[in-house]
Amino acid sequence: MRWSRRHVLDTDDWSTEEIEAVLDTTGAMIEVLSRPVRRAPPLRGRTVVLFFAEASTRTRVSFELAARTLSADVVNISASGSSVEKGESLFDTVRTLQALGGDIVVMRHSSSGAPYFVSERTDAAVINAGDGWHAHPTQGLLDAYTLRGALGDLAKKRIVIVGDVVHSRVARSDINTLVPLGATITLSGPPTLMPSAWRCGQAPAGTTYEPDLDRALEGADAVIALRLQKERQEGGLLPSLREYTRVWGLSEARVARMRPGAPVMHPGPMNEGVEIDASVAHGARSLVERQVTNGVAVRMALLYLLVGTPNLEAS
Amino acid sequence: MERRELESRGYLVTPGFVDLHAHLREPGFEDSETIASGARAALRGGFTTICAMPNTEPAIDSPGLVTEVVKRGAAAAAARVLPIASITRGRAGRELADLIELSAAGAVAFSDDGSPVDDSQLFRHAMEYARTKDLLIIEHAQDLAMSGKGVMHEGVVSARLGLPGIPSAAEETAITRDLAIAEMTGARLHLTHVSTSGAIASIRDAKARGVRVTCDVTPHHLAMTEEWVGGSREFAWERREPAAPMKTATPYDSSTKVNPPLRAWSDVRALWEGLADGTVDAIATDHAPHASVKKDVEFDQAAFGISGLETALSLVLGGIAAGWGDRDTVIRALTTGPAGILGITVRDDDWIAIDPDMEWTVTADALASMGKNTPLMGRNLRGRVVYAVVGGEARYEGGLRGATPVGSR
Repeated sequence: MRWSRRHVLDTDDWSTEEIEAVLDTTGAMIEVLSRPVRRAPPLRGRTVVLFFAEASTRTRVSFELAARTLSADVVNISASGSSVEKGESLFDTVRTLQALGGDIVVMRHSSSGAPYFVSERTDAAVINAGDGWHAHPTQGLLDAYTLRGALGDLAKKRIVIVGDVVHSRVARSDINTLVPLGATITLSGPPTLMPSAWRCGQAPAGTTYEPDLDRALEGADAVIALRLQKERQEGGLLPSLREYTRVWGLSEARVARMRPGAPVMHPGPMNEGVEIDASVAHGARSLVERQVTNGVAVRMALLYLLVGTPNLEAS
Repeated sequence: MERRELESRGYLVTPGFVDLHAHLREPGFEDSETIASGARAALRGGFTTICAMPNTEPAIDSPGLVTEVVKRGAAAAAARVLPIASITRGRAGRELADLIELSAAGAVAFSDDGSPVDDSQLFRHAMEYARTKDLLIIEHAQDLAMSGKGVMHEGVVSARLGLPGIPSAAEETAITRDLAIAEMTGARLHLTHVSTSGAIASIRDAKARGVRVTCDVTPHHLAMTEEWVGGSREFAWERREPAAPMKTATPYDSSTKVNPPLRAWSDVRALWEGLADGTVDAIATDHAPHASVKKDVEFDQAAFGISGLETALSLVLGGIAAGWGDRDTVIRALTTGPAGILGITVRDDDWIAIDPDMEWTVTADALASMGKNTPLMGRNLRGRVVYAVVGGEARYEGGLRGATPVGSR
């Protein structure tokens, strides 16, 4: 298929073909990353601006590595020390981004929808690297790629997502990516951390809510644990982290309820001992490190598709 | 020009509309609206009388400020401007403003609009005080703890967009409290911008058992749903089955951010049903103009509010055309309904002429209001006021077929 999107803001309106195209391209990028010299020329002369208005190391470094591997020039505008912290408006920052003349802006922002705001006010292509509780498209795509690597075709596979779904852009993007690929999703976690509409009969297509994690995991094909922000307890959403761990934490005994060998994933950073036991996080089922590696390849694939799929080989 | 002449030329001639709820921003926020610009916008929308909410800077909480609003309103020589004063001093929700003195100075009602009076005991005291002089208390019903940091209706769209929600229950629990206090004090209570089906049901029940309560709904809550935040621009009556989210505009457009938030489709239906059976007494705009700096920001950072005076008529006419309401009921809710709540008479010399079929496009230039914050921007609407008379004086004319403009800017 021919790639026609200018921005990557959310995958909620993507066709299955578009998702497949990114996953196929990711495969080609894995090959580039396995070369002795991990460098390819397609983004030579292009500038990628990394605009991270919310603290993030992992995603930013992943994008930076992806962009540099494809020979792009990389400019960083990060939250700490930047004018964003001094109260500069997003509109002003966009004017600066525009003046810098970047070809692609990769942005992380604490406000849901901020990438839409930026995409309407700049000539650059915008990639959403996480906005508020809304979306984290590259995480959804890398999770799909990783799950495919472990499970093959995702049709009829059942994936459990457990934890703080309401505040999770990862959960939303996982749903929007995995469901079109044929998977069904069981959401689990405390009712206070689940969107109320999704608990009350209006869950997205392909998903169901099962508060009892043991029941949710029974015979599942994989589980994705979400990070639990410790401040949820102070917000009155949880009685205690200890209780959370006991009821919704991934222990060895719990993950054994899944299909034999069913993998465990986590978008990171993990609170080991809260949402996941260290033994599970680093155990045989864990795909956490593979998620990180695949993340670079997925981001390379998107950068490559957005600049019009130039030749991957040095001329 | 005579009423009869315009009627004979095919225009719909009605008494001038009365708006119980408009934010004119002066004093304090003159970059968003002034009393004069708001009063001109009102006339274009068919409102010959508007009530100015007191959430200005300073808040309208002293007789001198009330007099000043009256004076500036008269100087604008557009719509009549009636001041609403705050219930509590500085709208701070801690001590009562001088309600009786404010009333004597010309305040037609009292409201801390923008916020509820959160302290139930203080609200009770305000109502008891109001009862002695039959003053009108207008309450913005909202449980602040429950609405929290919410920025849109809590429901299926907020879940999808990852935005913190304002549940219907935040309005419904507050209204239940307010009705209980109205019942215990016997004072008159007006609930403004009612937006949920549960709230309508509570008010219907309260009226049936004799509580002295009235309420209004806004044109935007009668026309738009939560889906508008997600980028839909389908009016509630245009919804197709099966209801699929349709993005025709960019999602997270801050012009759709309003408090109370645009609600679910079933809530919109309930508001029209409330209008039809008399539960809803009035349509009020909650005209909330904002300078672009307050809106041209991230959705969660943006100010709440829709600039509504000039699009109100087209919106309600749309609902009528779709069969969701009848014209007489709607006109009553814009004229005798609100006038009765205020205790003012509908004057014979305040009238307007409407061209119900005139098509127009909402553009920044087409709006007299300084507030261009409307999700209808760029949209073609049908139905417009072509002539407005206040106190027997023609103060607005626009688009009359074959006539010279009077005071048209």
